[in-house]
Amino acid sequence: MKWPAMGYARVESLDELWRVLDAAGPEAQILAGGQSLLATLSFRLSEPSGLIDITRIPALHGVSVTGGTLRLGALTRHADLGRDPLVAAHAPILAKAAPLIAHPAIRNRGTIGGSLALADPAAELPACVVALDATIVVASRGGERRVPAADFFQGLFTTDLQPGEIITAVEVPVATPASHQTIVEVTRRSGDYAMAGLAAVLAMTADGRVDTARLVFFGVGSGAEIATGASAALTGASLTPATIAAAQGALADDLDPPGDLHGGPELKRHLARVLIARALNPFLASAEQAA
Amino acid sequence: MNRRIDITLTVNGERVSRSVDTRLHLIDFLRTELGLTGAHTACEHGVCGACTVRLDGDPVRGCLVMAASLDGSVVETIEGLSDTGEIRDLQEAFVARNAAQCGYCTPGMLITAAEILTTAPDASREEIREHISGNYCRCTGYQAIVDAVEDVLKARRTSEAA
Repeated sequence: MKWPAMGYARVESLDELWRVLDAAGPEAQILAGGQSLLATLSFRLSEPSGLIDITRIPALHGVSVTGGTLRLGALTRHADLGRDPLVAAHAPILAKAAPLIAHPAIRNRGTIGGSLALADPAAELPACVVALDATIVVASRGGERRVPAADFFQGLFTTDLQPGEIITAVEVPVATPASHQTIVEVTRRSGDYAMAGLAAVLAMTADGRVDTARLVFFGVGSGAEIATGASAALTGASLTPATIAAAQGALADDLDPPGDLHGGPELKRHLARVLIARALNPFLASAEQAA
Repeated sequence: MNRRIDITLTVNGERVSRSVDTRLHLIDFLRTELGLTGAHTACEHGVCGACTVRLDGDPVRGCLVMAASLDGSVVETIEGLSDTGEIRDLQEAFVARNAAQCGYCTPGMLITAAEILTTAPDASREEIREHISGNYCRCTGYQAIVDAVEDVLKARRTSEAA
Protein backbone atom coordinates (compact mmCIF):
# COMPACT_ATOMS: atom_id res chain seq x y z
CA MET A 1 0.00 0.00 0.00
CA LYS A 2 1.04 3.65 -0.19
CA TRP A 3 3.39 4.96 2.47
CA PRO A 4 2.04 6.53 5.66
CA ALA A 5 2.17 10.29 6.18
CA MET A 6 5.57 11.30 7.53
CA GLY A 7 8.08 14.09 7.56
CA TYR A 8 11.27 14.26 5.56
CA ALA A 9 14.49 16.18 5.96
CA ARG A 10 17.76 15.91 4.11
CA VAL A 11 20.89 16.76 6.06
CA GLU A 12 24.24 17.68 4.54
CA SER A 13 26.58 17.13 7.50
CA LEU A 14 26.80 15.21 10.77
CA ASP A 15 26.39 18.45 12.76
CA GLU A 16 23.16 19.14 10.94
CA LEU A 17 22.07 15.55 11.54
CA TRP A 18 22.45 15.88 15.32
CA ARG A 19 20.37 19.06 15.28
CA VAL A 20 17.60 17.53 13.18
CA LEU A 21 17.61 14.30 15.23
CA ASP A 22 17.11 16.31 18.44
CA ALA A 23 14.26 18.29 16.93
CA ALA A 24 12.60 15.26 15.31
CA GLY A 25 12.31 13.13 18.44
CA PRO A 26 12.57 9.39 18.95
CA GLU A 27 9.98 8.32 16.34
CA ALA A 28 12.05 9.60 13.42
CA GLN A 29 14.31 7.19 11.55
CA ILE A 30 17.49 7.49 9.52
CA LEU A 31 17.11 6.96 5.76
CA ALA A 32 20.15 5.64 3.90
CA GLY A 33 19.60 3.55 0.75
CA GLY A 34 16.06 2.78 1.86
CA GLN A 35 15.91 -0.62 0.19
CA SER A 36 14.55 -2.33 3.32
CA LEU A 37 13.15 0.64 5.23
CA LEU A 38 10.94 1.98 2.43
CA ALA A 39 9.56 -1.51 1.76
CA THR A 40 8.59 -1.81 5.45
CA LEU A 41 6.59 1.42 5.09
CA SER A 42 4.55 -0.23 2.33
CA PHE A 43 3.69 -3.06 4.72
CA ARG A 44 3.14 -0.68 7.67
CA LEU A 45 5.78 -2.67 9.52
CA SER A 46 7.17 0.71 10.47
CA GLU A 47 5.51 4.11 10.70
CA PRO A 48 8.22 6.65 11.48
CA SER A 49 7.18 10.22 12.27
CA GLY A 50 9.78 11.29 9.75
CA LEU A 51 12.80 10.15 7.76
CA ILE A 52 16.14 11.91 7.96
CA ASP A 53 18.02 11.43 4.71
CA ILE A 54 21.76 11.07 5.34
CA THR A 55 22.77 10.11 1.78
CA ARG A 56 24.35 13.47 0.97
CA ILE A 57 26.68 13.59 3.99
CA PRO A 58 30.19 13.52 2.45
CA ALA A 59 31.83 12.08 5.59
CA LEU A 60 29.82 8.86 5.19
CA HIS A 61 31.05 8.15 1.66
CA GLY A 62 34.24 6.64 0.33
CA VAL A 63 36.51 3.62 0.49
CA SER A 64 40.14 4.01 1.58
CA VAL A 65 43.09 2.10 3.00
CA THR A 66 45.23 3.47 5.81
CA GLY A 67 47.98 1.30 7.24
CA GLY A 68 46.47 -2.12 7.79
CA THR A 69 42.85 -0.98 7.73
CA LEU A 70 40.29 -0.80 4.95
CA ARG A 71 37.71 1.86 5.76
CA LEU A 72 34.27 1.66 4.16
CA GLY A 73 32.04 4.68 4.55
CA ALA A 74 28.60 3.69 5.82
CA LEU A 75 27.02 4.78 2.53
CA THR A 76 29.14 2.40 0.45
CA ARG A 77 26.60 0.70 -1.78
CA HIS A 78 26.48 -3.05 -2.41
CA ALA A 79 27.25 -2.33 -6.08
CA ASP A 80 30.38 -0.44 -4.96
CA LEU A 81 31.50 -3.43 -2.87
CA GLY A 82 31.20 -5.58 -5.97
CA ARG A 83 33.43 -3.43 -8.19
CA ASP A 84 35.78 -1.42 -5.96
CA PRO A 85 39.38 -2.56 -6.51
CA LEU A 86 40.36 -1.77 -2.89
CA VAL A 87 37.56 -4.02 -1.62
CA ALA A 88 38.53 -6.80 -4.03
CA ALA A 89 42.17 -6.60 -2.89
CA HIS A 90 41.72 -6.13 0.85
CA ALA A 91 38.36 -7.70 1.77
CA PRO A 92 37.54 -10.10 -1.05
CA ILE A 93 34.69 -11.69 0.91
CA LEU A 94 32.74 -8.43 0.60
CA ALA A 95 33.27 -8.35 -3.16
CA LYS A 96 32.06 -11.96 -3.31
CA ALA A 97 29.06 -11.18 -1.13
CA ALA A 98 27.81 -8.28 -3.26
CA PRO A 99 26.33 -10.29 -6.14
CA LEU A 100 24.48 -12.48 -3.62
CA ILE A 101 22.56 -9.49 -2.23
CA ALA A 102 19.16 -9.06 -3.90
CA HIS A 103 19.28 -7.77 -7.51
CA PRO A 104 21.30 -5.16 -9.44
CA ALA A 105 18.77 -2.33 -9.03
CA ILE A 106 18.68 -2.86 -5.26
CA ARG A 107 22.47 -3.12 -5.03
CA ASN A 108 22.64 0.29 -6.71
CA ARG A 109 20.88 1.85 -3.69
CA GLY A 110 21.39 -0.39 -0.65
CA THR A 111 24.28 0.50 1.67
CA ILE A 112 26.55 -1.44 4.01
CA GLY A 113 25.67 0.84 6.92
CA GLY A 114 21.98 0.28 6.34
CA SER A 115 22.35 -3.48 6.14
CA LEU A 116 24.38 -3.64 9.37
CA ALA A 117 22.02 -1.31 11.24
CA LEU A 118 19.01 -3.41 10.22
CA ALA A 119 20.68 -6.72 11.24
CA ASP A 120 18.41 -8.97 9.23
CA PRO A 121 19.19 -12.55 10.34
CA ALA A 122 19.45 -13.76 6.73
CA ALA A 123 21.57 -10.89 5.42
CA GLU A 124 25.07 -11.49 4.08
CA LEU A 125 26.97 -8.42 5.28
CA PRO A 126 26.51 -8.82 9.06
CA ALA A 127 28.00 -12.32 8.81
CA CYS A 128 30.85 -11.05 6.61
CA VAL A 129 31.91 -8.30 8.99
CA VAL A 130 31.81 -10.68 11.95
CA ALA A 131 33.90 -13.21 10.02
CA LEU A 132 36.36 -10.43 9.12
CA ASP A 133 36.59 -9.33 12.77
CA ALA A 134 35.73 -5.84 11.53
CA THR A 135 35.02 -2.81 13.67
CA ILE A 136 31.80 -0.83 13.40
CA VAL A 137 32.39 2.91 13.81
CA VAL A 138 29.41 4.56 15.49
CA ALA A 139 28.88 8.28 16.06
CA SER A 140 26.51 10.49 17.99
CA ARG A 141 26.51 14.11 19.09
CA GLY A 142 28.74 13.01 21.96
CA GLY A 143 31.47 11.64 19.71
CA GLU A 144 32.60 8.39 18.19
CA ARG A 145 32.99 4.87 19.48
CA ARG A 146 34.26 1.65 17.91
CA VAL A 147 32.46 -1.63 18.41
CA PRO A 148 33.82 -5.05 17.42
CA ALA A 149 31.40 -6.53 14.89
CA ALA A 150 30.80 -9.62 17.04
CA ASP A 151 29.56 -7.38 19.88
CA PHE A 152 27.58 -5.06 17.62
CA PHE A 153 24.95 -7.66 16.70
CA GLN A 154 22.76 -8.59 19.63
CA GLY A 155 19.99 -10.69 18.13
CA LEU A 156 17.05 -10.54 15.75
CA PHE A 157 17.07 -7.08 14.13
CA THR A 158 18.86 -5.85 17.26
CA THR A 159 22.20 -4.07 17.48
CA ASP A 160 24.29 -2.10 19.93
CA LEU A 161 23.20 1.20 18.26
CA GLN A 162 21.77 3.58 20.86
CA PRO A 163 19.18 6.29 20.22
CA GLY A 164 20.92 9.23 18.55
CA GLU A 165 23.70 7.08 17.11
CA ILE A 166 24.42 6.13 13.51
CA ILE A 167 26.98 3.93 11.83
CA THR A 168 29.55 6.10 10.07
CA ALA A 169 32.00 3.50 8.78
CA VAL A 170 33.21 -0.07 8.88
CA GLU A 171 36.90 -0.79 9.45
CA VAL A 172 38.28 -4.08 8.19
CA PRO A 173 41.77 -5.47 8.80
CA VAL A 174 43.25 -5.84 5.31
CA ALA A 175 43.64 -9.36 3.96
CA THR A 176 47.13 -10.85 4.16
CA PRO A 177 48.54 -13.47 1.77
CA ALA A 178 47.53 -16.06 4.41
CA SER A 179 43.91 -14.94 4.39
CA HIS A 180 41.36 -17.17 2.68
CA GLN A 181 37.90 -15.63 2.45
CA THR A 182 34.71 -16.97 0.97
CA ILE A 183 30.94 -16.75 1.21
CA VAL A 184 28.44 -19.38 0.10
CA GLU A 185 24.68 -19.64 0.49
CA VAL A 186 21.66 -21.65 -0.56
CA THR A 187 18.66 -19.81 -1.97
CA ARG A 188 15.54 -21.02 -3.73
CA ARG A 189 15.80 -18.27 -6.35
CA SER A 190 18.63 -15.97 -7.32
CA GLY A 191 18.56 -12.84 -5.18
CA ASP A 192 16.35 -14.26 -2.43
CA TYR A 193 17.36 -14.12 1.20
CA ALA A 194 19.43 -17.19 2.03
CA MET A 195 17.86 -20.35 3.44
CA ALA A 196 21.31 -20.79 4.95
CA GLY A 197 24.63 -19.09 4.32
CA LEU A 198 28.22 -19.18 5.52
CA ALA A 199 30.89 -16.48 5.62
CA ALA A 200 34.32 -18.02 6.25
CA VAL A 201 37.63 -16.28 6.90
CA LEU A 202 40.68 -18.48 7.47
CA ALA A 203 44.35 -17.69 7.90
CA MET A 204 46.35 -20.56 6.39
CA THR A 205 50.07 -21.24 6.08
CA ALA A 206 51.54 -22.08 2.68
CA ASP A 207 51.58 -25.78 3.58
CA GLY A 208 47.85 -25.82 4.33
CA ARG A 209 47.74 -25.48 8.12
CA VAL A 210 44.91 -23.38 9.52
CA ASP A 211 46.17 -20.71 11.97
CA THR A 212 42.82 -19.08 12.62
CA ALA A 213 39.28 -19.76 11.40
CA ARG A 214 36.07 -17.82 11.74
CA LEU A 215 33.00 -19.55 10.34
CA VAL A 216 29.92 -17.35 10.62
CA PHE A 217 26.48 -18.55 9.53
CA PHE A 218 23.45 -16.52 8.49
CA GLY A 219 19.84 -17.46 7.87
CA VAL A 220 20.01 -20.19 10.50
CA GLY A 221 19.32 -18.25 13.68
CA SER A 222 18.64 -14.81 15.04
CA GLY A 223 21.59 -13.17 13.30
CA ALA A 224 25.22 -13.72 12.39
CA GLU A 225 26.05 -16.93 14.25
CA ILE A 226 29.71 -17.70 14.97
CA ALA A 227 30.25 -21.46 14.73
CA THR A 228 32.68 -21.71 17.63
CA GLY A 229 33.07 -25.47 17.65
CA ALA A 230 33.47 -25.86 13.90
CA SER A 231 35.97 -23.00 13.82
CA ALA A 232 37.95 -24.61 16.66
CA ALA A 233 37.94 -27.97 14.87
CA LEU A 234 39.85 -26.37 12.01
CA THR A 235 42.26 -24.23 14.03
CA GLY A 236 45.78 -25.60 14.26
CA ALA A 237 45.00 -28.49 11.91
CA SER A 238 45.98 -29.06 8.31
CA LEU A 239 43.01 -28.49 6.04
CA THR A 240 42.07 -31.95 4.75
CA PRO A 241 38.83 -33.74 3.96
CA ALA A 242 39.07 -35.24 7.46
CA THR A 243 39.31 -31.85 9.22
CA ILE A 244 36.46 -30.51 7.10
CA ALA A 245 34.40 -33.50 8.22
CA ALA A 246 35.42 -32.78 11.82
CA ALA A 247 34.20 -29.19 11.44
CA GLN A 248 30.91 -30.47 10.03
CA GLY A 249 30.58 -32.78 13.02
CA ALA A 250 31.33 -30.02 15.51
CA LEU A 251 28.53 -27.96 14.04
CA ALA A 252 25.88 -29.92 15.96
CA ASP A 253 26.72 -27.99 19.14
CA ASP A 254 27.16 -24.63 17.39
CA LEU A 255 23.77 -24.05 15.84
CA ASP A 256 20.24 -24.20 17.20
CA PRO A 257 18.32 -23.15 14.12
CA PRO A 258 14.64 -22.31 14.33
CA GLY A 259 12.38 -23.60 11.60
CA ASP A 260 11.15 -21.04 9.08
CA LEU A 261 9.20 -20.85 5.82
CA HIS A 262 11.82 -23.01 4.13
CA GLY A 263 11.84 -25.92 6.52
CA GLY A 264 12.63 -27.24 9.97
CA PRO A 265 15.79 -27.18 12.06
CA GLU A 266 17.10 -30.44 10.57
CA LEU A 267 17.01 -28.96 7.05
CA LYS A 268 18.97 -25.95 8.28
CA ARG A 269 21.53 -28.16 10.02
CA HIS A 270 21.93 -30.22 6.86
CA LEU A 271 22.41 -27.11 4.73
CA ALA A 272 24.97 -25.74 7.19
CA ARG A 273 27.03 -28.94 6.91
CA VAL A 274 26.81 -28.80 3.11
CA LEU A 275 27.93 -25.17 3.13
CA ILE A 276 31.04 -25.97 5.19
CA ALA A 277 32.16 -28.40 2.50
CA ARG A 278 31.30 -25.99 -0.33
CA ALA A 279 33.19 -23.18 1.36
CA LEU A 280 36.31 -25.07 2.36
CA ASN A 281 36.83 -27.62 -0.42
CA PRO A 282 38.25 -24.96 -2.77
CA PHE A 283 40.95 -24.24 -0.16
CA LEU A 284 42.19 -27.84 -0.09
CA ALA A 285 45.47 -28.54 -1.83
CA SER A 286 44.61 -29.35 -5.44
CA ALA A 287 45.69 -32.99 -5.13
CA GLU A 288 43.21 -33.55 -2.33
CA GLN A 289 40.40 -31.83 -4.22
CA ALA A 290 40.91 -34.26 -7.09
CA ALA A 291 40.98 -37.24 -4.75
CA MET B 1 9.79 18.00 9.62
CA ASN B 2 7.97 18.94 6.44
CA ARG B 3 5.47 16.69 4.71
CA ARG B 4 5.77 18.59 1.44
CA ILE B 5 9.16 19.07 -0.12
CA ASP B 6 10.20 21.28 -3.02
CA ILE B 7 12.39 19.47 -5.51
CA THR B 8 14.11 20.41 -8.75
CA LEU B 9 15.49 17.60 -10.85
CA THR B 10 16.24 16.57 -14.41
CA VAL B 11 13.88 14.06 -16.03
CA ASN B 12 14.77 12.82 -19.51
CA GLY B 13 16.96 15.88 -20.03
CA GLU B 14 14.37 18.44 -18.92
CA ARG B 15 14.51 20.40 -15.68
CA VAL B 16 11.33 20.06 -13.62
CA SER B 17 10.36 21.63 -10.29
CA ARG B 18 7.53 20.39 -8.10
CA SER B 19 6.34 20.42 -4.53
CA VAL B 20 5.79 16.77 -3.57
CA ASP B 21 4.12 14.90 -0.73
CA THR B 22 6.54 12.73 1.24
CA ARG B 23 4.22 9.74 0.70
CA LEU B 24 5.00 9.81 -3.02
CA HIS B 25 7.54 7.39 -4.45
CA LEU B 26 9.46 8.05 -7.64
CA ILE B 27 7.09 6.06 -9.85
CA ASP B 28 3.90 7.72 -8.66
CA PHE B 29 5.71 11.04 -9.09
CA LEU B 30 6.57 10.23 -12.71
CA ARG B 31 3.11 8.89 -13.49
CA THR B 32 0.86 11.35 -11.67
CA GLU B 33 2.91 14.57 -11.64
CA LEU B 34 4.71 14.31 -14.97
CA GLY B 35 2.41 12.03 -16.97
CA LEU B 36 5.26 9.63 -17.76
CA THR B 37 3.45 6.31 -17.56
CA GLY B 38 6.11 4.08 -19.08
CA ALA B 39 7.43 2.91 -15.74
CA HIS B 40 4.78 0.73 -14.10
CA THR B 41 3.53 0.56 -10.55
CA ALA B 42 3.12 -3.05 -9.47
CA CYS B 43 4.23 -4.70 -6.23
CA GLU B 44 5.34 -1.43 -4.59
CA HIS B 45 7.75 -3.15 -2.24
CA GLY B 46 10.81 -3.70 -4.36
CA VAL B 47 10.24 -7.26 -5.53
CA CYS B 48 8.98 -7.24 -9.11
CA GLY B 49 11.11 -4.75 -11.08
CA ALA B 50 8.25 -3.31 -13.18
CA CYS B 51 9.11 0.17 -11.88
CA THR B 52 12.81 0.08 -12.83
CA VAL B 53 14.08 3.48 -13.99
CA ARG B 54 17.51 5.11 -14.10
CA LEU B 55 18.51 7.41 -11.26
CA ASP B 56 21.83 9.24 -11.59
CA GLY B 57 22.85 6.74 -14.25
CA ASP B 58 21.99 3.52 -12.42
CA PRO B 59 18.90 1.30 -12.67
CA VAL B 60 16.88 1.48 -9.44
CA ARG B 61 13.54 0.35 -8.08
CA GLY B 62 11.38 3.44 -8.48
CA CYS B 63 9.02 2.26 -5.73
CA LEU B 64 11.92 2.28 -3.24
CA VAL B 65 12.94 5.89 -3.84
CA MET B 66 11.22 8.82 -2.16
CA ALA B 67 10.22 11.55 -4.60
CA ALA B 68 11.03 14.01 -1.80
CA SER B 69 14.67 12.88 -1.90
CA LEU B 70 15.16 13.69 -5.59
CA ASP B 71 16.31 17.31 -5.44
CA GLY B 72 19.30 17.61 -7.75
CA SER B 73 18.88 14.12 -9.23
CA VAL B 74 18.89 12.95 -12.83
CA VAL B 75 16.11 10.52 -13.77
CA GLU B 76 15.78 8.67 -17.07
CA THR B 77 12.68 6.67 -17.96
CA ILE B 78 11.79 4.40 -20.84
CA GLU B 79 10.35 7.43 -22.63
CA GLY B 80 13.72 9.18 -22.47
CA LEU B 81 15.67 6.11 -23.51
CA SER B 82 13.32 5.62 -26.45
CA ASP B 83 13.72 9.24 -27.55
CA THR B 84 17.52 9.20 -27.46
CA GLY B 85 17.69 5.96 -29.45
CA GLU B 86 20.16 4.50 -26.94
CA ILE B 87 18.38 1.15 -26.84
CA ARG B 88 16.71 1.12 -30.24
CA ASP B 89 18.42 -2.16 -31.16
CA LEU B 90 17.27 -3.73 -27.88
CA GLN B 91 13.70 -2.60 -28.45
CA GLU B 92 13.75 -3.93 -32.01
CA ALA B 93 15.12 -7.25 -30.76
CA PHE B 94 12.28 -7.46 -28.22
CA VAL B 95 9.82 -7.07 -31.10
CA ALA B 96 11.66 -9.52 -33.36
CA ARG B 97 11.86 -12.15 -30.61
CA ASN B 98 8.32 -11.54 -29.34
CA ALA B 99 9.87 -10.71 -25.94
CA ALA B 100 6.96 -8.48 -24.96
CA GLN B 101 3.71 -10.32 -24.33
CA CYS B 102 1.36 -8.36 -22.09
CA GLY B 103 4.08 -5.69 -21.94
CA TYR B 104 3.73 -4.86 -18.27
CA CYS B 105 7.30 -5.82 -17.35
CA THR B 106 8.82 -4.57 -20.61
CA PRO B 107 9.94 -1.02 -19.69
CA GLY B 108 11.65 -2.25 -16.51
CA MET B 109 13.08 -5.24 -18.34
CA LEU B 110 14.56 -2.97 -21.04
CA ILE B 111 16.19 -0.61 -18.55
CA THR B 112 17.65 -3.53 -16.59
CA ALA B 113 18.84 -5.24 -19.78
CA ALA B 114 20.36 -1.98 -21.07
CA GLU B 115 22.77 -2.05 -18.12
CA ILE B 116 24.22 -5.42 -19.08
CA LEU B 117 24.81 -4.22 -22.65
CA THR B 118 27.36 -1.73 -21.37
CA THR B 119 28.70 -3.40 -18.19
CA ALA B 120 29.02 -6.98 -19.46
CA PRO B 121 29.21 -7.03 -23.26
CA ASP B 122 30.39 -10.66 -23.21
CA ALA B 123 27.60 -11.90 -20.93
CA SER B 124 26.50 -15.50 -21.36
CA ARG B 125 22.85 -16.57 -21.36
CA GLU B 126 23.26 -17.59 -17.74
CA GLU B 127 24.65 -14.16 -16.85
CA ILE B 128 21.80 -12.47 -18.69
CA ARG B 129 19.34 -14.56 -16.66
CA GLU B 130 21.13 -13.66 -13.44
CA HIS B 131 21.12 -9.98 -14.34
CA ILE B 132 17.38 -9.84 -15.05
CA SER B 133 16.49 -12.14 -12.15
CA GLY B 134 15.00 -9.22 -10.22
CA ASN B 135 12.53 -8.39 -13.00
CA TYR B 136 9.45 -10.56 -13.04
CA CYS B 137 7.60 -11.41 -16.25
CA ARG B 138 4.24 -12.84 -15.18
CA CYS B 139 3.67 -14.08 -18.75
CA THR B 140 6.83 -16.12 -18.03
CA GLY B 141 8.31 -15.10 -21.37
CA TYR B 142 11.87 -15.22 -20.10
CA GLN B 143 13.24 -17.40 -22.90
CA ALA B 144 12.35 -14.82 -25.55
CA ILE B 145 13.69 -11.97 -23.40
CA VAL B 146 17.03 -13.73 -22.95
CA ASP B 147 17.05 -14.46 -26.71
CA ALA B 148 16.54 -10.77 -27.47
CA VAL B 149 19.26 -9.56 -25.11
CA GLU B 150 21.65 -12.20 -26.42
CA ASP B 151 20.94 -11.12 -30.03
CA VAL B 152 21.80 -7.52 -29.20
CA LEU B 153 24.98 -8.45 -27.36
CA LYS B 154 26.11 -10.51 -30.35
CA ALA B 155 25.18 -7.81 -32.85
CA ARG B 156 26.98 -5.10 -30.89
CA ARG B 157 30.10 -7.26 -30.60
CA THR B 158 30.02 -7.91 -34.35
CA SER B 159 29.58 -4.24 -35.23
CA GLU B 160 32.39 -3.26 -32.89
CA ALA B 161 34.71 -5.86 -34.41
CA ALA B 162 33.92 -4.63 -37.92
